Amino acid sequence: MDFSKDPELEQVRSEAEKLAAAFDDEYWSEHDEKHEFPWDFYNAFASRGWIGIVVPEKYGGAGLGVMHAATLLTSVAGSAGAMNAASSLHLSIWGMGPVIHHGSEEMKERYLPPTATGELHVSFGVTEDDAGTDTSRIRTFAAADGDDFVVNGKKVWNTKAQQAQKVLLLARTTPREECKRRFDGLTLFLADLDRAHCEIREIPKLGRNAVNSNELFIQDLPVSRSDVVGEVGRGFYHILDGLNPERITIAAEAVGIGRRALAVATRYAKERIVFDRPIGKNQAIAHPLADSSSELDAAELLWQKAAWTYDAREPVGGLANSAKLRAGEASFRACDRALQTLGGFGYAREYHVERYWRESRLMRLAPVSQEMALNYIAEHVLGLPRSY
Amino acid sequence: MKILVCLKQVPHKDARLEASGGWIDEGGIKFEINQYDTYALEEALRIKDAGEAEVVVATIGPDRTSQALRTALGMGADRAIQIWDDSLSGADSLTIAKLLAAAAKDESFDLVLMGLMSDDANNSLTGPMLAELLGLPHTTGAMKIELSDGKAQVERELEGGSLQVVDLPLPCLITVQTGLNEVRYASLKGIMQAKKKPLDKKGISDLGLDAAAVASKVTVDKLYVPTKGEGAEILEGSAGEVAQQLVGKIKELGLL
Repeated sequence: MDFSKDPELEQVRSEAEKLAAAFDDEYWSEHDEKHEFPWDFYNAFASRGWIGIVVPEKYGGAGLGVMHAATLLTSVAGSAGAMNAASSLHLSIWGMGPVIHHGSEEMKERYLPPTATGELHVSFGVTEDDAGTDTSRIRTFAAADGDDFVVNGKKVWNTKAQQAQKVLLLARTTPREECKRRFDGLTLFLADLDRAHCEIREIPKLGRNAVNSNELFIQDLPVSRSDVVGEVGRGFYHILDGLNPERITIAAEAVGIGRRALAVATRYAKERIVFDRPIGKNQAIAHPLADSSSELDAAELLWQKAAWTYDAREPVGGLANSAKLRAGEASFRACDRALQTLGGFGYAREYHVERYWRESRLMRLAPVSQEMALNYIAEHVLGLPRSY
Repeated sequence: MKILVCLKQVPHKDARLEASGGWIDEGGIKFEINQYDTYALEEALRIKDAGEAEVVVATIGPDRTSQALRTALGMGADRAIQIWDDSLSGADSLTIAKLLAAAAKDESFDLVLMGLMSDDANNSLTGPMLAELLGLPHTTGAMKIELSDGKAQVERELEGGSLQVVDLPLPCLITVQTGLNEVRYASLKGIMQAKKKPLDKKGISDLGLDAAAVASKVTVDKLYVPTKGEGAEILEGSAGEVAQQLVGKIKELGLL
C-alpha cells in the first residue's frame, strides 16, 4: 500500500486550483442568479487543454484516466464555483465517452479533436420522465427512413442543451416487446441538436443555475446512419461503460464542495466571537466540523480507490457506487453543518454557503439516487435478491 | 539567448504558520513558488515566446522544492536544476548566492532573472550577491524590461511611484518587482511535457564546492510570532477626529 503523492497528480491539483481560484464567489453567485453559462471560466480551462484530459492523445487530448480527471474536478468543485464550475467542465469531459470507446474511426476523427479543445458542446440525452431509472422503458423512437433515421420523443435533464450543437441521444429502434432482452433494441446517436426539430426548455431548479438543465422535445429529427455510435440496437450497452467513471467523478466533486463549505465554516468558527470567544471553542460547533472532515477524508479515499481500480481495468461497480453514496452523504452533511455554523449568515446569500448547500444536495440525486446506489451494492456486492 | 531564472519555494500565502526554533513548522504546510519569482519566470517565458531562448530554472531546497521546479517546467521552462544538501537547512543569502553562482558559472547565461525578494525572508540580498559573484552588472525591482542590441533597458520603481530607466549590457542580472507582467497558468499539455524535461539534482560537491566554503555566516536564533501587547488602544472616527484624539493622547502622556 503506497499513499505517497504522485507529482503529476499534485500538479494537476495545484494548477486546477490556481486557475479555478481566479473566479471568485461573486463571479459565481452572479452567474447562478442570472442563469448565465460561465463562459470565461469554461474558456480559461478549455484554452489550456483541460477539457481534453481523457480524450486519447491521437485526437488531441491528454489521454489520461479517471484518476486525473476526477482530481481536476474535485479541485474545481472545491473552488468558489462548486458544482456550477464542475458541471460546466464535467459534461464536456465525460459526455463523449461512448464515442471514444465505441465510435467509428471517422466519427472519432471528426468529433474528438473539437471535443478536446472544448469547442464542441454535446448534451446527453438519455433520461426520460416516464422511464426514470428504468432506461429500458424510454419511449423516444428512431424510425428507419431509408438508410437513415427519424427521431421523435422527449428527453429530460439535458444538461447544457442551451449551448450544445450535438446531443448523444438514446432512442429505441426496436420496440421493447419485440426484443429478447429489455435493454436490447436501443441505439445511441450523435445527433445534431437541430433547433428546427428540437425544442429546448430550461427546467427551473433549486441550484446550479449557471449550468442549465432542460427538457428536450424532439419532432421528426433526421439522423444519419453515420451518426450511430457503435452498433444499432446496442446503445444501452455503449453508455454503460461511462456510468462508473461518472459516478467516481461525481463522488470526487461532492468531496470538493464539502471541503469548500467546511473551510468556510472553519474560518468563520475561528473568527466569529460570541460571548467573548471564538465560537469554534464550543464543541457543539467543533465536533460536527471535525466529524465532517473525517467523513470527507473517508469519501476521498473511496473515490480515489475507485478511480485507481477503474484505471487499472478491474471491476469497479461496487466501489464506484459506494464512493458516490458516501461522498454524496459526506458532502451534503458538510454543507449543512457549515450552514448551521454560520447561523443566519449561512442562510444569507452573502456568505455563499447556502449556494454550496443547494448544489451539494444534487449529489444525493445525481447521476443516480442514493437509493439506486444502495440497490446496486445490495444486489451486486452482497448478492441479495433484486428488489425491483 | 540563454536565461536563468532563480526561484524559491515559500510557504503558501494562506498557510497557517507556527514557528519552531529558527524556522517554521513545515508539517502539513502547502508551498508555492515565491510570488516575485513567478514574475521573473513569466518574463523569461515571454522573451522565449518572442524569439529563441532556452529558459533554465534553478532552486535551492529539499525534495519538496522539485514541485516548484515542475510547475515552472509545466509553464514552459526547458530544464531545471535543484541544489540541496541537508547541511544547507537555514542557509543565509550569501550561501544561496554562492551555490547559484557555482551552478551558473559554466553555463554562460545571457540573462539572469529573479524576484526582488522572497515572500518569506524578505532579504532582497540573493540577487545582488549572485550578480557580484558572477561579475555581472545588475539592477533591482524591474517594472519593465526591454532587450535589444545586446542590452537591457529596465524601468525600476522608486519610492513615491517615480520610475528610473537604466541600461545594462548583456549578460546581466535583473531582479523584478511584482506586477511586471501577467503570470500565465500552466496548460495541461505543459504539465504533461514537464515530466519529460530534465530536472538535475545536484549536491554541494557536484558544484565543485565544499561544505566549509558555503557555510552560512548568519544563524537565525529565533523565529516567533509576536504576542499581542496589552494596553493598545484603537482610536476611532474620521481622520481629523483620530488626529485630534492622538494629539490629546500625546500631550496627556507628556511625550512631547
